[in-house]
Amino acid sequence: MPRIKLSETAIQTIREVCASFDNQEGELINVLHKCQEKLGYLPAEVQELIAQELNMSIAKVYGVVTFYSFFTMIPKGEFPISICMGTACYVRGAEQVLNEFKRQLKVEVGQTSPDGKFSLSCLRCVGACGLAPVVMVGEKVYGRVSPQQVKQILAEHQEGCMREAKSA
Amino acid sequence: MEMINLTIDNKPVVVKKGTTVLEAATSIGIHIPTLCYMKLDDLNIENKPGGCRICVVEVKGRRNLAPACCTDAAEGMEISTHTIRAINARRTVMELILSDHPSDCLICAKSGNCDLQDMAHRLGIREIHYKGAQSMYREDTSPAIIREINKCILCRRCEMMCNEVQTVGVLSAINRGFDAVVAPAFEMNLDHSVCTYCGQCVAVCPTGALTEVNNTAAVVRALYDPTKTVVVQTAPAVRAALGEEFGMEAGTLVTGKLVAALRRLGFDYVFDTDFAADLTIMEEGAELLNRLGRHLQGDPDVKLPILTSCCPAWVKFFEHQFPDLKEIPSTARSPQQMFGAIAKSYFAEKLGKKREDLVVVSIMPCLAKKYECGRDEFAVDGNPDVDYAITTRELASLIKISNIKFTSLPNEDFDSPLGESTGAGVIFGTTGGVIEAAVRTAYELYTGKDLPRIDFHELRGMEGIRKATIDFNGLPLNIGIAHGLGNARQLLEEIRAGKSSFHAIEIMSCPGGCIGGGGQPYHHGDADVIKKRQMAIYKEDSNKTIRKSHENPYIKKLYEEFLGKPLGHKAHELLHTQYFDRS
Repeated sequence: MPRIKLSETAIQTIREVCASFDNQEGELINVLHKCQEKLGYLPAEVQELIAQELNMSIAKVYGVVTFYSFFTMIPKGEFPISICMGTACYVRGAEQVLNEFKRQLKVEVGQTSPDGKFSLSCLRCVGACGLAPVVMVGEKVYGRVSPQQVKQILAEHQEGCMREAKSA
Repeated sequence: MEMINLTIDNKPVVVKKGTTVLEAATSIGIHIPTLCYMKLDDLNIENKPGGCRICVVEVKGRRNLAPACCTDAAEGMEISTHTIRAINARRTVMELILSDHPSDCLICAKSGNCDLQDMAHRLGIREIHYKGAQSMYREDTSPAIIREINKCILCRRCEMMCNEVQTVGVLSAINRGFDAVVAPAFEMNLDHSVCTYCGQCVAVCPTGALTEVNNTAAVVRALYDPTKTVVVQTAPAVRAALGEEFGMEAGTLVTGKLVAALRRLGFDYVFDTDFAADLTIMEEGAELLNRLGRHLQGDPDVKLPILTSCCPAWVKFFEHQFPDLKEIPSTARSPQQMFGAIAKSYFAEKLGKKREDLVVVSIMPCLAKKYECGRDEFAVDGNPDVDYAITTRELASLIKISNIKFTSLPNEDFDSPLGESTGAGVIFGTTGGVIEAAVRTAYELYTGKDLPRIDFHELRGMEGIRKATIDFNGLPLNIGIAHGLGNARQLLEEIRAGKSSFHAIEIMSCPGGCIGGGGQPYHHGDADVIKKRQMAIYKEDSNKTIRKSHENPYIKKLYEEFLGKPLGHKAHELLHTQYFDRS
């Protein structure tokens, strides 16, 4: 596994998160959530620092990170794409939609596109079963998605970032 | 004390509140099968994740079956342990476990000693009705331990030993569902982790998922190499446990038969690590008195307490976890390594042989000794002081392969001179023994008087941390003892915080000391086995005519002829070592 060097700010952030939970071992899941929220993902070096701060073994931290599918050790893309694979979405064709995202982005579930723009993941039910199948890109929800719409959804975000880049 | 009345298989039983159904059943002779559950009484070691569900029983009025190991007995409970439903559930659970377990029992290193195999037999499994995926996880080999995780049944005993008892924190369950395995962080190999090779994971593994690296073939090759003189040393704890491998009662001393067996195996010289233990006391005792003397004269640089350094897993533990304290342990090498250094110098000279022509084999109750003898600092020009370390279990296997009927062997004596030892040497095998041996010698050297008594009962026992103050002719010497690395950690934290009031501390990695080592015959969760071995060790000590290391005539002779003085130049070169920051 290639090693990365955490920036001073990242180290500071992690320490602050741990301290905000009183460096309690029992708060590990909350600490991991907060750190992932702030840093985007949980590489080995982050887990090592968390283990040290909470005074617990790295193996235990890694055990929890690998147990919950929400936690990731791979950096998420700028636009994280989540496809709902809950029962309602699944029976209404979520798998075909997922396959189309995989085909267009040339990545597997859990991976990030080489340009760092999109990452692909699955989740279970966002509570919008009436709109099945549902896809989320970042915070934005798309309902009744068909494989044909995938190209357009991706293009929307490609353009979006180009527009923002121009206006900046 | 609140008492609970219940019935188990129609038998009434009264137990204390807080007793589990399993314990209540055991108390009236009902033997509910268990697999993941393990409890070592008096050592404060318990594993009850309630994970395997082999111990399920029927509770009247309850819809689901209950796991007996982690269900508390309640007033008026009516338990049935062998209804059709309970038996079927147990057998189904077993078949499901076996459906994801390799069926290579005939050639498995654990065959005959496997709790899973025993349980399949006990439950009468003759067919596996379920076919499904099989785990395919890579094998991981280290200098001492092999992980063959396809054989893991996720009982979590190893994880409990590694994290709770030893606080080493290498092993944890990772991933989930079918992909779940017990592994080090980031699935690295053991030899890249902070593993101490204490082998307690191996000692409790119910299957062949965790075993020792087997060096018996290399030993046999050396024995049949006509150009080599093969010298063997046996650790104190081996003689108190080897008999178990041949059906003898736990706690049977087999010293004489052990020597006879080694001679029949073809070792040229059968020596005793106890001799080197006496030597360790000479060096470690001198170091204690030296540091103590300087401390009493007000030297501010002197490091106290002094910590024992015989246990290689403990050495690796502090090198990883407490590198800031690495100046505190005694610099004395372990008895295994002292023996190797003396055998390949003093004894080789006596034989008129070069060190390369000698092969030193050690029989150890320990897995970390395999790692220790491979450490770079214990070799001269690439030739190790100790060539191979094999466990008590591996020796038993060699004896069986070599057609030796162990139980019928006569009692024989060790060879001279490296086979002569005192009672102080033999008690190295149990927790508290090293420090008792050190006290016997240090007292007499410090006070110049004879010991009023030889047995220090205040230093003995099975409590995880023990403390005692010994009167050194007006000087109260505070002594600490810890066995199990979690207990050692507590004492180290005190030292780090500057709160330790001890002058000397003995530390052993394994619960019980070497008698409970990771290379000993499997105890299968029975703590009595370890206690009986401890009694055997003290019996061997009291049977000896000489019971103080400094009175061993062969040790005296070794210093006169070869080493000079304890802590002298030659002693320093051959018998002392240094530690490394591995954090």
